[in-house]
Amino acid sequence: MSSHNNAIELTDVTAGYGNRAAISGVSLALSRGSLTAIFGPNGGGKSTLLKCIAGLKRPWSGNVQVLGAAVGVHAKRVAYVPQAEQVDWSFPVSVAEVVMMGRTPALGPLGRSGTADRAAVADALARIDMTDLAQRQIGELSGGQRRRVFLARAIAADPEIYLLDEPVTGVDPTTQEKIMNILDAEAARGRTVVATTHDLACAAQRFHDVVALAGRVVAHGPAQLVLDQGVLEKTYGGHLVPLAGGGVVLLDDPHHSHGAHEGHE
Amino acid sequence: MNPLDLLLAPLSYDFFVRALIASALVGVACAIVGSFVVLKGMSFIGDAVSHAAFPGVVIAYLVGAPIILGGAIAAVGTALGIGAITRRSGLRADAIIGVLFAGMFALGVAIFSSIPSYVGDLFHFLFGDVLGISVGDLGALTLLVLGLLLVLRLLWKELLFSTFDPLGAGAAGLPVRRLDDLLLILIAITIVISLQAVGIVLVVAMITTPAATAQLLVKRFTAMIQVAALIGVSAAIIGLYLSYSLDIASGAAIVILETTLFLIALAFTSIRSRLHAARGAA
Repeated sequence: MSSHNNAIELTDVTAGYGNRAAISGVSLALSRGSLTAIFGPNGGGKSTLLKCIAGLKRPWSGNVQVLGAAVGVHAKRVAYVPQAEQVDWSFPVSVAEVVMMGRTPALGPLGRSGTADRAAVADALARIDMTDLAQRQIGELSGGQRRRVFLARAIAADPEIYLLDEPVTGVDPTTQEKIMNILDAEAARGRTVVATTHDLACAAQRFHDVVALAGRVVAHGPAQLVLDQGVLEKTYGGHLVPLAGGGVVLLDDPHHSHGAHEGHE
Repeated sequence: MNPLDLLLAPLSYDFFVRALIASALVGVACAIVGSFVVLKGMSFIGDAVSHAAFPGVVIAYLVGAPIILGGAIAAVGTALGIGAITRRSGLRADAIIGVLFAGMFALGVAIFSSIPSYVGDLFHFLFGDVLGISVGDLGALTLLVLGLLLVLRLLWKELLFSTFDPLGAGAAGLPVRRLDDLLLILIAITIVISLQAVGIVLVVAMITTPAATAQLLVKRFTAMIQVAALIGVSAAIIGLYLSYSLDIASGAAIVILETTLFLIALAFTSIRSRLHAARGAA
């Protein structure tokens, strides 16, 4: 059934909260080593789609295959990074402790972290340039640093698949550049990267593929082929305002209503 | 009477020594589960579970079964019920907790009120009577603390990950739901075993207050548990002496001390952060 080149395959997936479907009839195949941005309006189902792939949300109908098996079978080879708002930043843990959590699934219930785990944590911290902040409590970090810590946790897990919910939302351009460079490098060495984003420019410029999602898949493919005005209009509907010069402006401020319609559990 | 006598005189009574050990063990157990309760925002569950234990205690008393067993069945059942109903009903957890908490307690009160003569033992479960604690209760408390320490030792990194980030932990294949259920069971058992010392009405303070105080003071989870345990044990011991010398209820004395410590910590941290801000501005 599923091709071995596909890391993630969704077939006719419908999922939602209460009695409202957030995504319906979504079919999508993401190949190994792809770097894909899922973009679309608030309430378009980006987070829901990501949660279905992560096994955090059971679809109402349809099928999700991850690494050629049912969701959850290869969970240890998947790293999920939640939205920043879903993390309790006052939690008493240090940066290094959070990154070490990436090693927890592979160690198993009775396993103890050893030299290799500490080395992986140190490497991950070095890659995000936060070695000197290892002992900070996470609440003392800036917004961009907070996103990078979670990326480091994913790196430390050495996963086949990265699932990131809004990894570059609300971070400064320098941090965004750092995060995207790392994700790019991970995709280049065969890891599959899927990220949701509000940032259309980032999706277009820094990801290989884009998925336009508005409850259903409007388009999927390389950004330069897929992103035309027709697709954007279908994705964003009334939020897209044409300009006199022929361009368009997108009215979709993530900081006002972000997450409110996605029905977080 | 000199101060040393004040400390030593009560120790000549076996019941006082037993009470001291029991209070200290309750302090440690409540501090450990309390740290998870506070970080997961589940304080209300502690209150619900302690009240839900009441019908189990009353029924056990009536049929002559061990009171701890009856309380434990009712408390664990309610704790798991809260989790299960919350997942299925789509209602918020606090609503479910409110419903079950009041319903179970009402059941206990109804059965209790049908007992013709007032029963002292049961009354003590409402407000605690650590001075009347038996050797058997002491054994149960010791086993509880050892059990909690064992669970922490074996599942520390899993509990840390799933408490801090249930989504990330669940996606990575950790059994987040089973870990949640395990915590609920541990909370319920800790509450039931602590009831004898502090009573149904005040046990939630033993769970919440030391852990909340510790979170104000330290920045690591392990340190938080240690500081919470230290607060729990010292408040229990000092509170017991106060209870003995002032002749006030032991549970109330312990909880008032813990609350005072919390307020002091709160004042300390707000002064500290103001000093930091002032230094930063200068």
